[in-house]
Amino acid sequence: MINALLGLASGLVFGLGLILAGMAEPLKVKAFLDLAGAWNPSLALVMGGAIAVGLFAFARAARQARSWTGTPMEIPQNRSIDRRLVVGGLMFGTGWGVAGFCPGPALVALGSGSGAALWFVGAMLVGMVLHDRFLTTTLSR
Amino acid sequence: MTIDWNHFTPWASLAGGALIGLATALYLLGTGRVAGIAGIVASPLRAWLQGNSLVPEINRLLFIAGLLLAPWAWRLLAPLPAPVVDVGTPGLVLAGLLVGVGVRMGNGCTSGHGVCGLSRLSLRSLVNVLAFMGAGFVTVALLRHVF
Repeated sequence: MINALLGLASGLVFGLGLILAGMAEPLKVKAFLDLAGAWNPSLALVMGGAIAVGLFAFARAARQARSWTGTPMEIPQNRSIDRRLVVGGLMFGTGWGVAGFCPGPALVALGSGSGAALWFVGAMLVGMVLHDRFLTTTLSR
Repeated sequence: MTIDWNHFTPWASLAGGALIGLATALYLLGTGRVAGIAGIVASPLRAWLQGNSLVPEINRLLFIAGLLLAPWAWRLLAPLPAPVVDVGTPGLVLAGLLVGVGVRMGNGCTSGHGVCGLSRLSLRSLVNVLAFMGAGFVTVALLRHVF
């Protein structure tokens, strides 16, 4: 129960952070990605602010076997650097550059009633399912 | 390169980033899970399609509900900036498909590899972040300055 409510609270704070940061405005995201135009460096500070806090959280988590609610710490252990990691990143970045949406901000925009976000999120879910159906071993050896 | 100082919002972006970090910390230390949005969406989606119970996914589904509710909470305090896009529906669908396939293949997005991965100093995540940032820069350059 508390575990579930922590999910809700985390999502809400995460979403408010995205809005405050300007990440929920696709044109601002594209202005950050537009190095050759009138570059808006604001969003570099979003990542900086998040990591400044995140460093402490992950350092603390590394010393704990369990969470506050008693569930095991599920820190990713995968360290492999392969073609799927790079090609996946390139595909994601291309889509991010086209629309100005990444998954979190798209969900926030969807919540606000954006029709554009509805198309994007719908296609994103289809993309996830297509990958899990047909592409789980593509580019892996 | 010219810097657009008129639309530069360092304090809001830094504070927003800190809130994102705080939410990530709350989720990690409170539930033991990494706040990667791509995984948080994909996991219940996969469970549902496979006909598995959604009970283990409740915490992720509520995280998604929190994201969807955030603009409503924001509106109680301040006017919400409109999520304006400059691409049509075909562009949004293409972008969504690329993001959906890409985050599954690369196992994470701006939050999972970006915020969480870099916060735990993962080289694997850094490689993914450089790939998606690079692709984002090139895509916007091509769309705005070449085509």
